Amino acid sequence: MIVGAVGLIYSFVSTPASVQEVEEMLAHDEHHGEHETSATHQSGMKQNHENLNHENKAKHTSDDSHNKSHAETEGHEKSHAEHVYDQLKNKPWSAIYTSSLFFFLIALGAFTFYAIQNASQAGWSPVIFRVMEGISKFILPGGIIVFVILVLSTLQLNHLFIWMDPSIVEHDEIISNKTGYLNDSFFLIRAAIYIVGWVLLSRVIVKNSRKQDENPSLKLHKKNFKLSAIYLVFFIVTESMMSWDWIMSIDTHWFSTLFGWYVFASMFVAGITTIALVTIYLKSRGYLEFVNNSHIHDLAKFMFGISIFWTYLWFSQFLLIWYSNIPEEAVYYIARFNDYQLPFLGMVALNFIFPLLVLINSDFKRVNWIIVMSGIVILIGHYLNFFVMIMPGTVGESWFIGIPEISSILLILGLFIFVVFKAISSVPLLAKNNPYIKESKHFHY
Amino acid sequence: MATKVIQAIYTDDDILMNAVKSVKEKKYHIEEIYTPFPVHGLDKAMGLPHTRLAITSFLYGVVGLTVAVVMMNFIMIEDWPQNIGGKPSFSYIQNMPAFVPIMFELTVFFAAHLMVITFYMRSKLWPFKKAENPDPRTTDDRFLMEISVNKKNYQEVTELIYKSGASEIKLKEN
Repeated sequence: MIVGAVGLIYSFVSTPASVQEVEEMLAHDEHHGEHETSATHQSGMKQNHENLNHENKAKHTSDDSHNKSHAETEGHEKSHAEHVYDQLKNKPWSAIYTSSLFFFLIALGAFTFYAIQNASQAGWSPVIFRVMEGISKFILPGGIIVFVILVLSTLQLNHLFIWMDPSIVEHDEIISNKTGYLNDSFFLIRAAIYIVGWVLLSRVIVKNSRKQDENPSLKLHKKNFKLSAIYLVFFIVTESMMSWDWIMSIDTHWFSTLFGWYVFASMFVAGITTIALVTIYLKSRGYLEFVNNSHIHDLAKFMFGISIFWTYLWFSQFLLIWYSNIPEEAVYYIARFNDYQLPFLGMVALNFIFPLLVLINSDFKRVNWIIVMSGIVILIGHYLNFFVMIMPGTVGESWFIGIPEISSILLILGLFIFVVFKAISSVPLLAKNNPYIKESKHFHY
Repeated sequence: MATKVIQAIYTDDDILMNAVKSVKEKKYHIEEIYTPFPVHGLDKAMGLPHTRLAITSFLYGVVGLTVAVVMMNFIMIEDWPQNIGGKPSFSYIQNMPAFVPIMFELTVFFAAHLMVITFYMRSKLWPFKKAENPDPRTTDDRFLMEISVNKKNYQEVTELIYKSGASEIKLKEN
């Protein structure tokens, strides 16, 4: 975590301070590679970034033709440099935003899973309720971090959301038609409502579950049942709006009607995977002796099933846009296929093909190391999913998974682990007065 | 000697489960058990091996996927190239997203249907087949256990069965 914080500060400091610097960098590259035309910007930008972080370790491999005249290149270079400057300025912001949002939504996804267990009166899961409750403790700190980043965005300290920049909105008819919904104050009010709602409901439900330890009454159980149902209704509406606000509005011109479900599937599978990983870790440490491999099997089934569900939504969103081929829709995927090919297609392999082939076997779902391995792969895959949802609209083709990204993952991951395990260790690990606890202990498949 | 079986009838699935366990302990061979509904854990108590139907299902799914890929390639690309939303014809990979639903459907179709057919074949079921059920009451509320015995041990087995709480015991020659 500390390593992450240091790295993050470094990456903020090391963003280019001015347009001039970027121009210098571009010029520098040009000397290396002789011919830098605008057609090779993608590879050029990557190297710029490496130069930035690793002191010219990168070798220039520009191999494109020089179709354009030198004068033309000069003109391009000027505006292009400003463009790249903005993108590189955004890079550490996007990095910290992506990882904060990712871990916040993991906690939220895990809590949603917990609420579904409550609302459906599930008999198998109460032995791992305390693990889920522990993970959902991160909703508060995670929500605060995300909210602070959003406030800083509205204060124009970064340019993650282009619709927050009045000078752009002025000249953009599509965005200015949307200002009734997309404006700074309404945006922050909505964000506050989502976060406060989620935090309050999760805290109350978890508190009731804790109270039940001393007070074995069915009243608290029924109360939690009702609260969980209320939470789920509140959640599915606010989650959908959250995904439009916090992620889809980055690509302001583009919209997709199943985006909320798509984000939900991603956070849900990530949350369930985290529950499984934490459970296996605690069990390997000798706690949770009442969890048997049938519980692990059920979690793995959910990991498998929701991974398929995610792919279904990913493909449904893609297929319609691919089929109809309308420019304003297709541009979203063109950016991802052209500039983000590796993470974009790689995450489909990690999130779909890998779990499909590994977790399809019934016996494998009971083998701890296979679940840990595929769980880690799924988490990496869904981080990449958030990465390619956020990055193309903020840093464009200047992406690179370097120090800012890795260090912000480490920072938030460290905080996540600290908060979650502190929460888990401070309460008894068995929700002993849950009316289903006996059934859950004997759960056997 | 010809094989003989003892047919023991039980009235409760818990009693049946305990009986199965005690018979298994003595290493007698249980031929078959007929129950009016699936009894949870009975297969494990009887020591039956795990079903291999899942493996065949996976293989059938792979076959279905392959059939879909080859079929769509032949129909839509080679034999009569179709214009799919203005995408380039004559190219399978560029039109592939349109075929994904068909790949999915045929995978499921092949896996499901062939798995059911395999199941029928393995359990020797076909239309107009006469029921093998030795006692029609097992389709209502009785549980029947068949144990193969020989001249030497049928006395002991009968005693064991009697102790385990059977309501009827019959010796039957096949």
